[in-house]
Amino acid sequence: MTDTSATDYRFPHPHILGIEGFSAQDITHLLDLADKYVDQNRRFDKKTDEMHGMTVINLFFENSTRTRTSFELAAKRLGADTINMSVESSSIKKGETLIDTAMTLNAMHPDVLVVRHSESGATKLLSEKVNCAVINAGDGSHEHPTQALLDALTIRRRKGRLNNMTVAICGDVAHSRVARSNIHLLHTMGARVRLVAPPTLLPAAADRLGVEVFTDMREGLKDCDIVMMLRLQMERMQGSFVPSTREYFRFFGLDREKLAFAKADALVMHPGPMNRGVEIDSDLADDIDRSVIREQVEMGVAVRMACVDILTRAKREEQA
Amino acid sequence: MSEGRIAYLNARLLDPASGLDATGAVLVEDGKIADFGPGLFKGGAPSVSRVIDCQGNCLSPGFIDMRVLVPEPGEEHKETFDSASEAALAGGITAYVCLPNTEPAIDNVAGVQYVARRARDLKRAKAYCYGAITKGLEGKELTELGLLHEAGALAFTDGDKAVANAKVMHRALSYSKAFDLLVVQHPAEPDLVGSGVMNKGELSSRLGLGGIPPEAEVMMIERDLRLVEMTGARYHVAHVSTKMAVDVIREAKRKGLKVTCDTAPHYFALNETSVGDYRTFAKVSPPLRDEFDRRAIVEGLADGTIDLIASDHIPHDQDSKRLPFALAEFGIIGMETLLALTLELYHNGHLSLLDAIAKITQKPAHVLRMGGGRLKRGEAADLTIFDPDRPGTIREDGFRSKSNNSPYDGRPIQGRVMATIVDGRMLFKDEGF
Repeated sequence: MTDTSATDYRFPHPHILGIEGFSAQDITHLLDLADKYVDQNRRFDKKTDEMHGMTVINLFFENSTRTRTSFELAAKRLGADTINMSVESSSIKKGETLIDTAMTLNAMHPDVLVVRHSESGATKLLSEKVNCAVINAGDGSHEHPTQALLDALTIRRRKGRLNNMTVAICGDVAHSRVARSNIHLLHTMGARVRLVAPPTLLPAAADRLGVEVFTDMREGLKDCDIVMMLRLQMERMQGSFVPSTREYFRFFGLDREKLAFAKADALVMHPGPMNRGVEIDSDLADDIDRSVIREQVEMGVAVRMACVDILTRAKREEQA
Repeated sequence: MSEGRIAYLNARLLDPASGLDATGAVLVEDGKIADFGPGLFKGGAPSVSRVIDCQGNCLSPGFIDMRVLVPEPGEEHKETFDSASEAALAGGITAYVCLPNTEPAIDNVAGVQYVARRARDLKRAKAYCYGAITKGLEGKELTELGLLHEAGALAFTDGDKAVANAKVMHRALSYSKAFDLLVVQHPAEPDLVGSGVMNKGELSSRLGLGGIPPEAEVMMIERDLRLVEMTGARYHVAHVSTKMAVDVIREAKRKGLKVTCDTAPHYFALNETSVGDYRTFAKVSPPLRDEFDRRAIVEGLADGTIDLIASDHIPHDQDSKRLPFALAEFGIIGMETLLALTLELYHNGHLSLLDAIAKITQKPAHVLRMGGGRLKRGEAADLTIFDPDRPGTIREDGFRSKSNNSPYDGRPIQGRVMATIVDGRMLFKDEGF
């Protein structure tokens, strides 16, 4: 683990819109910072006043309870004021709502906007319209950078490193922003990334993303250190992308028999919410020896604290 | 309305149809080309009412743009015939052909007559139109192809919609054969296009955007070519964007099928990397392809497989483009950048100057069987004067079009339209001319 805090390194990005374009140093710096927040979050007094007087707005155009809560808690523990805005996206044309809402919120002088939207590139578009830092909390099928960071933190704390880890990302890679961010992050940090999915759920030209591609779970999981399962959306199960739920579970769902092909100490991860019995065996998901799914949630708060902290640091130093 | 006898002197005459490329003069009388050639007026000063010194600039037949959307009626805030005409003239275009994708669609005689009347009243660039192949562009029932043609529809297309049903397309081609009409297809297999918004490949995977595979284009062309073989109809493929399509059309031509095709400047001047960072101004249908395809388009233009270049001018306002990528409209404006981008093929050594100009003059006139596109005595004096070398920069705030959805803002270019003449009247003049 390289300690970046002692150097004169400065985080070079005004926003966190995606992992693509982040250097290994950027990622390491965020993870080191998040590590400290894990300790803080385990104390009785979890709150500091580092961000006293600053405002974080969670702007969610797509429903999410866990991610929004995680961001809210992160900002609160740093002493910032937070508000949550859930924009009903069904009734109004989504794009108009996006820009109009962004301009309105911008006028209220937030310091950080946390944005989730169902369209790829929406957070990037929004970041061009506002004067504050923007964190992408998931945009369409593009990126979900804080999820990749919390996954990386979980792996690093359990395994001590990221480089030379073999990570299998399994399931609906084609539509997954979690997968994209994880591919970029793990690739940048020197891990070996495998994608395991039926061809209908693999992105186009997947082999050009710096990964190995498998369509057989047993081959894909062989000697893996980490098995990362992805959520399969209900509407994609009934004959459109895969023939049926039970066929999917039979060939691509994670159970003990398939997991046996991975290393004996391989960890099982899932970004949640899980479809028990579809992509993962329910019993396995709850096995505290193998599954780190709940730990991922804990790391989520710490990583989001690091992100909010790093993006507002320059502003705070200027003030001080 | 004419301005009597006008002499254009000291011009580099370019006529792709006859291969003429020489310094000379043109005499325009009563709005028509009375005479032209290198030897004209060599005997002494002409007796004319006006003399225009072309200062050594090129003088060619007026440009013909066979693919323009003027969303009037329907979306007049994006473009009207008034603004489209000015954009055309600034681009050296003396005649343009409008797509039927208006609201309502041009699927009846009144629609065709509306375009003709607007153009006649404006007396600016000449506007023609396509008739829809199917009623309401729904791909189900044929329009009155014969009556629409009689009313002035130059050819038939459902515009930016493919005629997907094989039976409907077969009937359209078969029926068109009786009237010797040209059927123009937007080649895209709709189910393969699906909700795709850009070229399918590594970049679409990285951006998390739905991809449109190149196969969607070639599959539709291959199917249609079978129908063309069955019917013997005249068939034209609009905006070819892939190597696979170029190869298939090259082979069909070799077999002697009556097939022609065009491409738009963005398919040889740009590739898919232009949509990186979700730039919606580069969102277009068919989508910008990869570099491999772009090069094949250049080759297709060079070897004549791709007959001509159309601007594929699709105007959109900010509200239609300042959106998340998947929600933004498809389309690029192109009339005012047509010459400069076409000339890139000449400056980069892919086409001779005459061959490049043929793609926007003689060739579209030939495919559409319309007048113009050549220097010929007795023809309407639709002429464009341009400097093929003058350097400049494309500026989105300099467009005469009502919309400015151009991905070329800031692009350095060579070549500038100096003057545009329609029926002998100089309707556009650059300040530098």
